[in-house]
Parts: sequence; structure tokens; C-alpha cells
Amino acid sequence: MSVFIIITLIVLVFIIIYQISKASEYATVLRGQEKMNAQANRAIAWLLVIMFILGMWGIWECNELFKGRLLPKAACRTGENYDSMFNYTIAVTGFVFFLTQGILFWFCFRFQSTDKRTTFFFAHNNKLELIWTTIPAIAMAILVAIGLRNWYDVTSPAPANATVVEVVGKQFNWLIRYPGADNELGKRDFRKISDANNVLGLDWSDPHNQDDIISQNGELHVVVNKPVKLLICSRDVIHDVGLPHFRLKMDAVPGITTTLWFVPTITTAEMKKITNNPDFVYEIACDQLCGKGHYSMRGTVIVQTQAEYDAWMLMQQAYSIGNNPATPAPAETKPAPKTDSVKAVTMK
Amino acid sequence: MNNEEIIIDGPNVVHGGDTAPTDLHGHEHHEQHFVWKYIFSQDHKMISKQFLITGIIWAIIGALMSVFFRLQLGFPDSTFPIMEKFLGEWAKGGKLTPEFYYALVTMHGTILVFFVLTAGLSGTFANLLIPFQVGARDMASPFMNMLSYWFFFLASILMFGSLFVETGPASGGWTTYPPLSALKEASLGSGIGMDLWLLSMALFVVSALLGALNYITTVLNMRTKGMTMTRMPLTVWALFFTAVLGVLSFPVLFSGLVLLIFDRNMGTSFYLSEIFIGGKALPHVGGSAILYQHLFWFLGHPEVYIIMLPGMGMASEVLSTHSRKPIFGYFAMIISLVGITLLAFLVWAHHMFVTGMSPFLGSIFVLLTLLIAVPSAVKVFNWLTTIWRGNIRFNPAMLFALGFVSLFISGGLTGIFLGNSALDIHLHDTYFVVAHFHIVMGVSAFFGMFAGIYHWFPKMFGRFMNNTMGYVHFFITFIGAYLIFWPMHYEGIAGMPRRYYDYSAWESFKHFQGINAFISIVAMIVFFTQLLFVMNFFFSIFRGRKMTTLNPWGSTTLEWTTPIHPGHGNWVGEIPEVHRWPYDYKDDGHGQDFISQTTPLRPGEEAH
Repeated sequence: MSVFIIITLIVLVFIIIYQISKASEYATVLRGQEKMNAQANRAIAWLLVIMFILGMWGIWECNELFKGRLLPKAACRTGENYDSMFNYTIAVTGFVFFLTQGILFWFCFRFQSTDKRTTFFFAHNNKLELIWTTIPAIAMAILVAIGLRNWYDVTSPAPANATVVEVVGKQFNWLIRYPGADNELGKRDFRKISDANNVLGLDWSDPHNQDDIISQNGELHVVVNKPVKLLICSRDVIHDVGLPHFRLKMDAVPGITTTLWFVPTITTAEMKKITNNPDFVYEIACDQLCGKGHYSMRGTVIVQTQAEYDAWMLMQQAYSIGNNPATPAPAETKPAPKTDSVKAVTMK
Repeated sequence: MNNEEIIIDGPNVVHGGDTAPTDLHGHEHHEQHFVWKYIFSQDHKMISKQFLITGIIWAIIGALMSVFFRLQLGFPDSTFPIMEKFLGEWAKGGKLTPEFYYALVTMHGTILVFFVLTAGLSGTFANLLIPFQVGARDMASPFMNMLSYWFFFLASILMFGSLFVETGPASGGWTTYPPLSALKEASLGSGIGMDLWLLSMALFVVSALLGALNYITTVLNMRTKGMTMTRMPLTVWALFFTAVLGVLSFPVLFSGLVLLIFDRNMGTSFYLSEIFIGGKALPHVGGSAILYQHLFWFLGHPEVYIIMLPGMGMASEVLSTHSRKPIFGYFAMIISLVGITLLAFLVWAHHMFVTGMSPFLGSIFVLLTLLIAVPSAVKVFNWLTTIWRGNIRFNPAMLFALGFVSLFISGGLTGIFLGNSALDIHLHDTYFVVAHFHIVMGVSAFFGMFAGIYHWFPKMFGRFMNNTMGYVHFFITFIGAYLIFWPMHYEGIAGMPRRYYDYSAWESFKHFQGINAFISIVAMIVFFTQLLFVMNFFFSIFRGRKMTTLNPWGSTTLEWTTPIHPGHGNWVGEIPEVHRWPYDYKDDGHGQDFISQTTPLRPGEEAH
């Protein structure tokens, strides 16, 4: 019922606007085109000025509204570079924005049509053209220089001591594989994938796979201040590992392995204090439309101290246990992975 | 010359009574059968109206879709039973299903980008303005021109039909990246809906090519005596480059679509490799999903300029006419159009910075992308100088042209962030992107289109649109556009991903709920305001104030020398000869503040 009332109201408003508009058109004809146009012109010029002032106030209000709701400070070094570069770019574009919008609305008001005004025939001026071709070119060159420095920094090869972790996207969650004790990820083959007992298609003939750990809850554990290199793949369609708190993003493409590396500098626990939010968590957001569950494809990054990480690692079980037919049954050999993990820890 | 010889005859023409060449009220010169006059018309003016009205219908459908998904985004916990009336099973109990949410997002993008802002915009104004402004009786090939519309119509029918298939329309985003779009197992929308999408787009490409080839030929070959290239109005220049962009880039999209059709239906592996889906490993090996992105964006980026350039041209024309001043830097405007056209082909991979592409290649695309800022900046400064010391008439056309400049600045500046890969690596696929492209190629291009419609409506229909409704339309749309898209930048800076159905499970994004609701409310108000424009448009065709003078805006260009209701052939008698450039807004010595292009140079007068 309320829907019909709303529709009726909208229709009524339309009819009223239409009637007023037609009436003003007849009035224009009756009272003289010129006079009415001059009046309307003045009114519009003032409206534009008012709109501009309200717009500036609105920008201020919007800034206030979002203060403290944006991301906390970047949690890795390249992220800090990103933030400062973002601020430079905001400064340059902000200056141009206020300058040009100000000029636009000022000219509108200043040069509104009147009977007395004669226009200035001004068709071209090479000097002016040269100035405003060169200045943007120089500004862009500076932004490109800063941008490329950061770009090569972010995309540079990972340091040799980086922990390698594999992140594999599937509809609609993240599978994360740690190399285990031998510090090496074993071979995978998509033909060997089985949702029942081989989610990543580990090739059991490769001994490196024996101790690999697969976490299926989407938790990526990393050690603070230690470089981590992500090998990113997909099992089905294109996904994207989006790490907003680290200002990073990389597509997960089936058939292609992409990489991303960073050094987390703030642990999850520290960030909870910084943001004053006990529920704070670093999130992995899928940033490439991957199907109906795209919006729920959530992972988390747990940034820990080395000790916490080691303790967590101790509790993990190699994926081969219970899944590799060649590996003994899980119940009896429960301690086995633990020793593996201890070795993994001592190796680091 | 005899009247009958000038007028181009369509099929089945019955010649009526002769009318005087000076008859401004344009009584019918001859009776043409309804079908040939209004449906299978070969008259560029009628075809332009067909494109425009089809575009308006598509725009309403596409915008209504955005209202539906904005309801979901703004109020994820509420139900809206009215949606069930429209969408049936897809919104059972008044709540959108995620599948249909993605279908709506996909169709909204496809419809607005291709059917409204490509066909509806260039189709309308290239058809209307190119023959009028270069002084031609019609397009180089009126028949091809008619085919161009009817291929578009067929494409429209298929796309519209895909909305009603059982598994829903395509739902992989307007870019339809494979493997999502290639595999039926990946998503409901990748079923028959996707096949229809591909067929429809293939027909659309045919339509775009037929149209564009015609526009280019007309501009190059059909200019009237004295109309040198450097005497063409900037609208024609802009529409010419738009057509060049289309001719060179649409075939690449076509090849990409054909390969996708093969992958979907014939077992090839162009885009597919090492995929496990629906419980089994697929036999495809060796393809590359990234290949599609290259082919798609090789059109996709020029497409942005196919959408922007007509608006730029029309804004230049409208700003100059209604501030009674010549466009500042006519040659700089043409050179910047050339620059934009060239660069448009060299920047496509900036949509792909995070696909794992070579960092070196990425850096080249950063450089080329940010280069586009230079010609764009030149255009903005030239527009500002054009209105400087002018005598500005604020009619709706002028307001929309001014709004175009404002939005182009705002949306262009955020492009500087996204074109820089080091910033894109965070902002990619967030609401920052949504805000950026909606402002610059969505709203800004629409503003260019509105400016064109309000300005040339009298030429199209011999009547004026209502000014008061035009003002209401402008102010609500302009303020609304900023209210909708300005806050989205902040959400994007906070990393909020686009194309999410619901954010409530996300610790980092759930606190934007209130802002999303606000955006949705404004979006609905703006939607209804557009209906006001549609009402104004259709009522004015029949009831608008009649045009009584040939040249109501005091414009210099040729279209205003035709009769109020020009017949097929445009000019009665000979086509006028052109003697000067199109922006002579100066004292003509007889009390007028403009000199028509058809006026010979006075003794001693310099030719610009």
C-alpha cells in the first residue's frame, strides 16, 4: 500500500513541476522574453555561487565525517611509501581542483550576461597555451618519477630470506599453503585436485609435499619484521588478493603464478591498540569479481611475533597426514608432524 | 534549381504540392510512406532520433537497475516487496539474490557504456551534426547508416531478451573476464545469458563499425564548398576522432569476443588453463586468461574516449555559443583531440597493473597514461578561457556544458591517482575506481549529452524544451552526482572493494553502512529527476514552445541555416558555401554579435 502512496506522490510532484514549468513558459511569453531571461540569468548566477559555497562546505563536512574511519597507518614499509605518495598526489590534484573549480564558478558569476557587457574576442594566445601545456607536463613528470620509484620498489624481487607462502583462490575462499620443515613447496598438478582429500592437487610423488601445511580457514600467518613472499594462484576463476592495510593487491589467475612480497611492521595485537578496536583484524579481500560469493571471499592476515608464530606452527599438521594414501594413518602418528614443525622452527 | 531535384527521395515517394523555398514552417515536400519515413528511414535526422530515443529507453532501464542494486547496498537488512514485482524469483520476498545482484551490476555497466553512451551518444549526435555542420545533404551512405541503427536494434533485442532467460543475464561484470564468463559451472549468468551477451555485443560491434565508417567518410568527402578541415566546428572534429577510435578498436573487441565464443562452445583453450571447477579438472591447458583482458581493454580504453570525445566537442560548441565568444585555442583543441586519440590506443594496460604484468611494461603504461593529463589539462584551461570575459547565458544547455567541465576536472584528477601504478596497486577495484569513472565517463559524458540535447532539440523537433524543468534537472543532477560519488572516493581510499553484495561481514568496511544508505537515497532522487527530463523531452516534442526563428541561439554554424523542419536533403536550394571558421562571435557591423560561416569575409578582414 505504502508503495502506491509513494508512486502517487511522485506522479503528483511531477505534475506540479510540469504545471509550474509550463506556467513560467507562458509568463515568459506574456511578460517579454528578454526581461524574463535577464531575471532568470541573474538568479541562476547566484544559485551557482551558492552551490559552489555549499559544495566547499560539503567537502569539509565529508572530510570530518570520514576522519578516523579510513584505514589506519600502513602496516609495511612500501605501504608507508604509498601513503606519502598518496598525500603528494592529493596536494597536487587538490590544488588544481580548487583552483579550476573556483575559476569556473567565479567566471560564471563575473561574466553572466547583461545588456551592457561586450565580449572580448580572444581566439588564441600561444604563450598561454605553452604555459599550460608545460606546467601539467612537469607536474606529471614529477608524479611519474615518484610513482615509478615506488612501483619498482614494490615489484622488486623478494629478499632471499623471505618466507614463502602459497595463497590459492577458489570459489569462494582462500587456501594457504606453508612449506613445512623442508622450507620448500612441493609440486602441484590441477589434475590431482580433489575436494575430498587433495584440495590443492599436491603431487605425492614429490617428497617436498610430505610436510606441506594447508590452512583452509583463510588465515595467513606471518612474522612481524620478516619478509614474506606470497605465491598467488587460482584453482578456478580469477581472484585477487587484496590487502588494504598493506596497500597491496595482486590478481590470482588460473594457470599463472603471480607474486607479492612485503615486510609487515605492525602485529595484529599492536594494531588493535593503535586503532582502539579490540576486533581489529587484517583482512584479505577478494578484489576481482569471481562469482556469486565474491563478497564473502574473506581471508585474514595474522601478523605475529616470531615466538607466537612458532607456537602456532607447532600445532599445525602436515596435509599429507590422512590425505596422502602413502602416509600412515593420522591417529598413531600425531606426534610426527610436531617434530617436523619443530625442525621447521629451528631451521629459521 | 528545382526543389524536387534537391530532396533525396526515399522509396515509395509520392510527391506532394510544391512549396516555396523560403517556407520556414517546412510543410511536407512530399509524402513518404510511414514505414520509410519513421522506421526504415535513411534520413540522418530520423536515424539520429531513433538512436536517441532507443538510448533514452536503455538509459531508463540501466538506471533502474542501479536503483535496485543501490537498495541492496544501502539497506542490506531490509526487504523491498516492490522489487519482487519487477524481478520475480530473483528478488523473492523483496530481497535481491547475490546472483541477480551481479547480473544487475553487469547489465547496468554494459547498457550504460555501450548502448547509451556509445550508440545513444555518438549515434545521435554524429548522425545529427556531421551532415548538418559540414554542409552535406546526408551521410555518405544513408543505407549503411540505416543498417547501423538496425544492427543496434537487433543487439538491443538480444540483450533485452537475455534479461528474461531462466539462468539470468550475464553476471561476470561488464568486462566479462574469463574464466568466470567462459565456464557455465562458474556462475549462473555464464549460461545462455552469456551467449546472448556475446551475440548481442558482436552485433553491436557491427553497428558501431557501420556507423563509424560512414561518419569518417562523410567528414572527409562530403564537406560543402569552402568547408576546409580547419573550418569545421569542434563537434565535428570530436565526432570524427570518436569514429576513428571506434573503427580501430572495435574489431579487436570483436576478435576477443569470438575467441570467447569458441572457448565457451567449441572446446578451445584461448583463455583457459589449469582449471578445476564443479568437482572436476577441465582438459584446457595452455591458454591465458590475461589475453582476453588485453583484447578487451584494447577496445575498453579507447571506448572511454569514444564516450568522452562527443561530450568534449559539444561542450566546446555550447560554451562558445552561449558565452558569445570564440572557442579559445581552436587549433590547440584539435591538437589535444589528436593527442588524446593517439594516446587512447597506448594506455590500455593501466587497467591491468595488478594482473602480475612485467613491472617494466607497467612503468611504460604509467608514463603514457599520465601523458593524457596534458591534452586534457589544455582542454580544461581553454574552456575556462573561453568563458572568460564572455557574456554568459545560463540556459539549460549552457549549465550542462559548465557542469561537464566541472565534472571532467573532478573525474580527470582522480585518474592521475589510478594511472600511477604505485597508487593503483591499492586503489584498483575499490570504490575509488567506481567514483572516478562514474564522474568522468558516466556523469560527465551524460552532461555533455544533455548539453547537446537541450542545445539541438529545437533543430531536431522545431520546438524548445521547457527551461524551468531543465534548471531543476540540472541542479538536482549536478548536486546529486557529487553527493553520490564524492563520498565513494573516501570509501575507496579505505580499500572498500567494488562489486560486493554485502559488507556486513567485513571488519574493515562495515562501518560505511550509513554512508552507503545515504548514497542510495541520493541515487534514487537523481533517478527520478532523470524521469523529469524524459517527461520534458517527450512532452516538448509535441507541446513545447515552437521555434519561430531559424537561429534561436545566434549560432554561426551551418545547421542553423536549414529550415525549421528540414526535409530529407536539409537545405532547400543549393547547399550554402562556407567562407570563415565557425567561431566568429564578434560584431558583424549590423548589430549582431556573431557572423555566420556562410558570410563572406569583409574587405580587409582576417580569416582567423
